[in-house]
Amino acid sequence: MTGDHLLEVRNLSVDFHTAGGTVHAVRNVNWHLGRGETLAILGESGSGKSVSASAIMNLIDCPPGEIVSGEILFEGRDVLKMSQEERRDLNGRRIAMIFQDPLSHLNPVYTVGFQIAEVMTTHGTRKAEARARVLDLLERVGIPEFETKIDAYPHQFSGGQRQRLMIAMALALKPDILIADEPTTALDVTVQAQVLELLEELQQETGMGMLLITHDLGVVAETADRVVVMNSGEIVEAGTARDVYHAPSHPYTKKLIGAVPGAGEMAEPLDTGIKPVLEVNRLSKHYGNFVALDKVSLTVLPGETVAVVGESGSGKSTLAKTLLRLEEATAGEALWEGRDLVTMGQPELFDLRRDIQMVFQDPTQSLNPRMSVHDIVAEAFVIHPQILPKSQWRDRVRELLAHVGLEAAHMSRYPHQFSGGQRQRIAIARALALEPRLIICDEAVSALDVSIQAQVMGLLADLQKEFGLSYLFIAHDLPVVRDFAHRVIVMKNGKIVEQGPVAQIFDAPREDYTRNLIAAGLHPDPDIQAGRRAARLELQGA
Amino acid sequence: MTTGIDSAGGTTPITEVPQSSAARQIFRMLWRDKLAFAAAIFLVLMVLCAVLGPLMLEDQATRQNLRGRNAPPFDFSRDWLFWLGGDTLGRPLLARIIVAAQNTLMVAAGAVVCSLIIGTTLGLVAGYSGPRTSQVIMRFADVIMSFPSLLLAVIVLYMLSPSVGNLVIVLAITRIPVYLRTSRAEVLEVRERMFVQAAQVMGASGRRIVFRHILPIVMPTLVTIATLDFAFVMLAESSLSFLGIGIQPPEITWGLMVSQGRPYLTTAWWQSFFPGLAIIMTTLSLNLLSNWMRTALDPVQRWRLEIARKKK
Repeated sequence: MTGDHLLEVRNLSVDFHTAGGTVHAVRNVNWHLGRGETLAILGESGSGKSVSASAIMNLIDCPPGEIVSGEILFEGRDVLKMSQEERRDLNGRRIAMIFQDPLSHLNPVYTVGFQIAEVMTTHGTRKAEARARVLDLLERVGIPEFETKIDAYPHQFSGGQRQRLMIAMALALKPDILIADEPTTALDVTVQAQVLELLEELQQETGMGMLLITHDLGVVAETADRVVVMNSGEIVEAGTARDVYHAPSHPYTKKLIGAVPGAGEMAEPLDTGIKPVLEVNRLSKHYGNFVALDKVSLTVLPGETVAVVGESGSGKSTLAKTLLRLEEATAGEALWEGRDLVTMGQPELFDLRRDIQMVFQDPTQSLNPRMSVHDIVAEAFVIHPQILPKSQWRDRVRELLAHVGLEAAHMSRYPHQFSGGQRQRIAIARALALEPRLIICDEAVSALDVSIQAQVMGLLADLQKEFGLSYLFIAHDLPVVRDFAHRVIVMKNGKIVEQGPVAQIFDAPREDYTRNLIAAGLHPDPDIQAGRRAARLELQGA
Repeated sequence: MTTGIDSAGGTTPITEVPQSSAARQIFRMLWRDKLAFAAAIFLVLMVLCAVLGPLMLEDQATRQNLRGRNAPPFDFSRDWLFWLGGDTLGRPLLARIIVAAQNTLMVAAGAVVCSLIIGTTLGLVAGYSGPRTSQVIMRFADVIMSFPSLLLAVIVLYMLSPSVGNLVIVLAITRIPVYLRTSRAEVLEVRERMFVQAAQVMGASGRRIVFRHILPIVMPTLVTIATLDFAFVMLAESSLSFLGIGIQPPEITWGLMVSQGRPYLTTAWWQSFFPGLAIIMTTLSLNLLSNWMRTALDPVQRWRLEIARKKK
C-alpha cells in the first residue's frame, strides 16, 4: 500500500500558545491510511494522539492553536490549504468522526432519527429519502425495534446503543474515512467488544479507512492493522500491530507493554480460619421498585483484597455507598467487628469513619479544588481531633505524603497542579490519615493511564503489606483485578453470581456470565486476542 | 514559576508560593489587573466621601444660592464646588454628590449585605437539608417574589417611619429570593460532587461540609450577583424616595438626585447626569473588583494574576 494513500499526514507540527508558554502538542508527525485499512494511534493522555485527528477535522482553535508546519493530504490534496467551504463539505461527507462520550454529542431535545437525518439533509439529501436511509442505518448498527426507536430521544438508549447511533450518524453519508476517538472507553467490556465488532464489519462492507485513537493496547490488538505509538507529541514507534507488540524497539513502547495488567502471578487466597473484619449478610437496597442490591453476602478478611467486578448497573457502586452509609440499606446487615454498621447510630458511625475509608474513581473530582494538599489531608485531623494534637499535623501530613511517594514541598500546592496519578496519591494519603483498616476503592485506577495505573496499584499493594489494610476493590477492569485481588466477587443486576479465589474465577469460571465477561476482555497480544475472539464467537453461537 | 507536571489537561503553570505577607500578595495581584486597581481606588475614594463628606461639606451642599440656579457644569471661573454645575436651587452638584454618598452607600451596602447574608444562609439550608425544610424555605421565597415589592415597601414604610434603617430592611427583604434561589441551585449541584462525598466518608459534620466545602464554591457567583444588585438597590431606593416614602429631602441620595433632576433633563441635563454617573461608576467598579476577586480567590485561576508580571 504505497504511493497514493487515501489520507496522509506529513511532518505535521501543532503548537498551542498558552499563558504558561508554548506547548508543542505534536512535532513532525507522519502517518498514512489506505482504503480498507485500520490504523491505530496509541498513546497516553497528553501524548498528542488526538491532535492530528483534530487537525484533519478542522477542530483546532486557532489561536491558541497554530499549525506550524506540515500537510494533510486527502486523495492527494492538502486539506490545510482548502477553503473553509471545501473543508465543511469534506467533513461528515468524506471524513466522519465518532467520539468517546456519545451522550454529550447527541442533542437531548431532538429525536435520534432527526439528528441522524440532519447529517444528510445539511449535505443536500431530501427529507423522505433521509428518513428511509436512517431506518436502514439503525437496522444495520443493530438497534432493536428500530422502526419505533427512530423517534425516541437520546436518553432512552443505553451507552452502547448511543455509540451505535453515533456510528450510524457517521456512516450516513458513506464516508471514505472514519475517525474513532476512544470510541469504546466509556463502555462495558462486553459492549466494547460488540461495538468494535460492528465497526470491523462495517469497514469490510464499505471499504472505508479507519483511524482509531486509543490508549488501550487491547483495542489495538483487536482491530488495528498498523499502529503508531505516540509519546509527548512525537511518534516513537510505528509498524504492524503484531510487530510492535512482539518486538518493540523504543523503550517507551516496551514500558507501555510491560505495564499492561493481567500478566502477573495471581495471589493465593488467604487462610479462611482468620476472623473476618467485615461480614455482610443479605444486604439489599431498593430504589422504589428497582432493586439495586439483592441480598448480597460477602466477607472481607484482615489484609485481604476482595474485588467486586461487574458491568455498569450491576450494583457494585451501590454496595460501596451502602457500606459507607452514603445510602441507607433497605434490608440486611453488615457486621464490622460484630457491630451492625447498617443500623449504627451517629456517634458510633463517626468512630467507624476512622476504620473504613474510601478512594474514589476520579481524583480530579474527589479533591476540593479550593483546598491545598495540606488542608485536604489534614482535614481528617480537623474532623477527628483525637487522632493528633494540632502541633503535629504538619509533620504527619509530610509523613503521609512520603508514604504515597509525594514530597513535602507539595503540601502548599492545589490539586489542579498535579497529574492524574499524583492526585490519586493525594486521595490515598487522605484516606490513610485516619489510619483505616478497610479501604473501599471505587474504580480507583480506572481513570488513570496504564503506566500510572501500575504505579498506583503497586502503591496500594505496598501499603497493604505495611499496614495490613483490607481492600474492597470495585472495578470493571478484569486484568487489573487479576493481578491485585485475593478473591473476586462477580455481580450482575444487584446479585452476586459467582465468588471465589482469583485463580478459580479466571481459570475455571463456573457461570456463563463470568465466562462472557472474561472472554470480552481484550488481550494486548494480537495473536492471543485473535484466539479469544474465536472463543467469544463460539460462546455467542452456543 | 516552573512549568507544570500535569499531563491530563496540557501543562499548567505552577507558581511558587511567595514568601511575602498576605497583604502584599493581595496588593501585588491587584496591581496586576489595572482595571481592578483603578476600581479599587475609586471605591476607596467613594468610601472616604461617604465618611468625611457630610462632616466637611454639609453646609455647602444644602445652602441655597439663587445666583447659581441651574449653573452649567465645567464653568471653572466659579468656586470648585460648582464645577459640576448647580441644581434648581443653586446648590453645588459636586458637594451634593459627595454628601449623598453616605446615605446612598449606607442604604445600598446595608440592603445588599443583609439580603446576601440572609438569602445565602437560607439557600444553603434549603439546599443541604431534607425536602421538608427546603419546601418551607422555597415557598417563603415564592411568597416574597410574588408580592409586588413596591407595595410591600409602601405598606412597611407607611407603618414605620421612613428612615435609613427601615429602608434597608425593606430593600433587603425584596432582594432575598435572588440569593436564596441562586445559592440553593448551586448547593444542589455542588453537594453531589465527589469531594463532598469524600468529606462525608471522613465523618465531616453537615455544618463543616456546607461552610468549608460548599460555600467557597458558591460564593463567587453570589458576590457577582451582589455587585450587580448594588445598582438595582440604589435605583429602587430612588423610586421609593420619589414616592415620598424613602429618604426625605433635605436628606439626599444619588437616586433621589436623579429623580429630582428628571423634570429638567432638557434644560439642565447635568442635574440627573452626574449623580447617575456616580451610580454607574460605583457599580462598574464593584463589578470589576468582584471579577478580579473571583480570579484571585480561585486557586485554579490565580496564576493569571501572578503570571502577568513575568511577561513584562
